[in-house]
Amino acid sequence: MKSTSAPTPYTLNHPRWYRKRVSTYWWFQRPEYLRFVLREVSSVFVAYFVVLTLLQVYMLSRGPLAYGNFLNLLKNPFVIAWNVISLLFVVFHSITWFNLAARAMVVRVGGKRVPGVLISGSNYAAWLVVSAVVAWFLLRG
Amino acid sequence: MADTIHLEVARYSPESDAVPHLQTFEVPFRKDWVVLDALNYIKDKKDGSLTYRWSCRMGICGSCGMLVNGEPKLTCATFLADYAPAPVRIEPLRNFPVIRDLVVAMNDFMRKLQRMKPWLIRKEEKPVSAGEYLQTPEELDIFKQYSMCINCMLCYAACPVYGLDPLFAGPAAIALAQRYNLDSRDEGAKERFPVLSQHDAIWGCTFVGECTRVCPKNVDPAGAIQQYKLTAAIDWVKSVLLPWGGK
Repeated sequence: MKSTSAPTPYTLNHPRWYRKRVSTYWWFQRPEYLRFVLREVSSVFVAYFVVLTLLQVYMLSRGPLAYGNFLNLLKNPFVIAWNVISLLFVVFHSITWFNLAARAMVVRVGGKRVPGVLISGSNYAAWLVVSAVVAWFLLRG
Repeated sequence: MADTIHLEVARYSPESDAVPHLQTFEVPFRKDWVVLDALNYIKDKKDGSLTYRWSCRMGICGSCGMLVNGEPKLTCATFLADYAPAPVRIEPLRNFPVIRDLVVAMNDFMRKLQRMKPWLIRKEEKPVSAGEYLQTPEELDIFKQYSMCINCMLCYAACPVYGLDPLFAGPAAIALAQRYNLDSRDEGAKERFPVLSQHDAIWGCTFVGECTRVCPKNVDPAGAIQQYKLTAAIDWVKSVLLPWGGK
């Protein structure tokens, strides 16, 4: 067995264990890890949409001129592109967490565990209903 | 189909090596052979110094966990046929110090497991003459999944949190604590709570979910940890809101 570099002294009964450091880029090394990091990063975009909505309400309170200027800013192609990217992340965030909800929640009915599909499914159903109500509210006029 | 297959096996000798290296062996390819059979062939016929752990060959003892092409696997349940004809890379489990070749040090896991008190705790032990602690099939069903853990440590090798923070209690230890917490015969949940509710235990977990994906016994440690997070959070809310606290 050839060593690749000069060995450090070996002491009998005190084995020299080999420890490998985790790379800083560990999350690039496996697709599953990358997907996890993207899921975690997606929460930044959720926070961004919250701030954006609060800003929108604030601008509305400052009168039609301020709100009009704010809407014009939102029509900027760069802002639209950024918002589309953010939306994709928020959808990814929702889907991944809805799917994971079934694992974190154990609901038992009559001693039997409710299947995960039903728990995730009810999350999706609630999402659909809320989205439909919001869409109806925005589009009815 | 070729009648041989190449195995690239990680070798590390603490006496002479500074870092591990891969050594390639040619072994007979048989479709009923698992990776462990090939390692045993190497040890018997090619190089008796190859060092690895194994015992039962049937997915019960949890000794033969290694990385097969980078993926944590029980080598007794991983068939060469699923990888042929490409060479198969065998390495020791990730995130653990390597003692020699494919053998890792498991002291850290054993210490963490013990801290969880993975045994039945009773406030008062019944005398043997009083008989067994009875349990219904429904009560068994609640924790049975977690009791299937064989301590193979594949989940630790898959967990990036454990790799980055060696203080993290890790998937199997927490799942086994939960196995006893959920057991109707156990009364030790309060004793385990201070250990489990640490930042280094449940709150260290970021729910990557890899532990569950690699688990050969479908234990779902990730699920166990999230469920305990929910229990701990509800306990905390109770202790803040209710005058008599979480007692």
